[in-house]
Amino acid sequence: MNDLGNISEIIAGMAAQLGEQLARVGISHPAMVGIHTGGVWIAKHLHRQLNIEEPLGSLDISFYRDDFTRIGMNPVVQPSQLPFSIDERHIILVDDVLHTGRTIRAALNELFDYGRPASIMLATLIERGGRELPIQANVVGRHVELSPGEHIKLSGPDPLALEIQKTA
Amino acid sequence: MTRHSLQIDKNGRLRHFLCISGLNRQLITEILDTAESFAGVTQQSVKKVPLLRGKTIVNLFFEASTRTRTTFELAAKRLSADVLNINITQSSTVKGETLLDTLRNLEAMHVDMFVVRHADSGAAHFIAANAAPHISVINAGDGWHSHPTQAMLDMFTIRRVKGADFGALRVAIVGDILHSRVARSQIHALNLLNTGEVRIVAPQSLIPAHAESLGAQVHHDLQTGIKDVDVIIMLRLQRERMQGAFLPSAHEYFELFGLTEEKLMHASPDVTVMHPGPINRGVEMDSEVADGPRSVILEQVTHGIAVRMAVMSMAMSRKEGDTG
Repeated sequence: MNDLGNISEIIAGMAAQLGEQLARVGISHPAMVGIHTGGVWIAKHLHRQLNIEEPLGSLDISFYRDDFTRIGMNPVVQPSQLPFSIDERHIILVDDVLHTGRTIRAALNELFDYGRPASIMLATLIERGGRELPIQANVVGRHVELSPGEHIKLSGPDPLALEIQKTA
Repeated sequence: MTRHSLQIDKNGRLRHFLCISGLNRQLITEILDTAESFAGVTQQSVKKVPLLRGKTIVNLFFEASTRTRTTFELAAKRLSADVLNINITQSSTVKGETLLDTLRNLEAMHVDMFVVRHADSGAAHFIAANAAPHISVINAGDGWHSHPTQAMLDMFTIRRVKGADFGALRVAIVGDILHSRVARSQIHALNLLNTGEVRIVAPQSLIPAHAESLGAQVHHDLQTGIKDVDVIIMLRLQRERMQGAFLPSAHEYFELFGLTEEKLMHASPDVTVMHPGPINRGVEMDSEVADGPRSVILEQVTHGIAVRMAVMSMAMSRKEGDTG
């Protein structure tokens, strides 16, 4: 349905890139954390394909957003679950779309409230322009050029599908 | 503007949190869900989220309280707000101008929220009605009227222990219903959640007139009142009530309405026992019950923090500039 390519293939490509990068820096036992909701869907696939031992963690960054007093609270905040110690751990953070960078800023703050990781890598299914913070992904599935009025939305978890929406 | 609509803005969102009546099922479920999310914050090594960073919350206590004030303070601090505790013990006759003066002075210090406990019914509403538009007010107990955060933490505790299907539950509230703001708020909340059966159990002298109109069955005998119930909520017996004409003696009260392991046999085998604290051991219940496996009294205290975090953050999450 989309010209972005097959999502399974994109994810497989991300897993391969992650594997290479981890090998290059000598990280053998990373832990993975997905950001609710789309990031967790992608992370589930990457987690399995990379055979990561630690169970997958998930973050809901609603309590760490910087626009809380402007847009209010998300009524359904999933509790964050990190079923392992963050301290001295190499973390792979996974999200669906990297856009302004504000979600990642919030996720980094939240991760540090759980402990002091050894390192954090960022993997994202889609990267688009429009960064408002100095944040870059280590692994990108697809780079997409979108105009400011356009949004890309991942639906899922089964099947995963990408859709470009125009806001009026 | 009616008293009840004061707490909901035009978008149906929480503006103040003053009483349970006037809320709807959707909103109280949202409070419980949000509290569930906040319960996870205590698992972090930094037990804080930055939601209310830079906000100033004033605990304005005109009546003594340790547990409620402490859990409000902890809730505010875990939301990263700055907290000011002001205890004003004074006779309940001083109100009106003095209270307004206090309010204006605190507003001049650019605070964002008042958490109010007062011995007079309606005090929190009065403050909410007179506070500057950007200020939210949370009722931490007013007179005999309402103690909505206590009721919400009790609902949270019941939902955690018994599951979300309140329709399948029989709940008995036992003790001084007449003077209890906690009982009034609990009955409203239980009915909003469509609880199967709500009973109130107390001697005639401690039941308000027209009690059935609150939406609860009235019982004057403990054993029939708690027969087959899934949850028993014991209320604190204020010692000063025993000096008046309400009760003959604490001993006699315990004989008739005190909860013991033996009397608990009449309830459902997996009954849960709750109490808002502080307990008068040997008056409302035996220590054996209070410290026993069915008691969730200390869980209630823990849950109070998450529920108060939820209410505070929801009331503060109005859009900026939106004062309606």
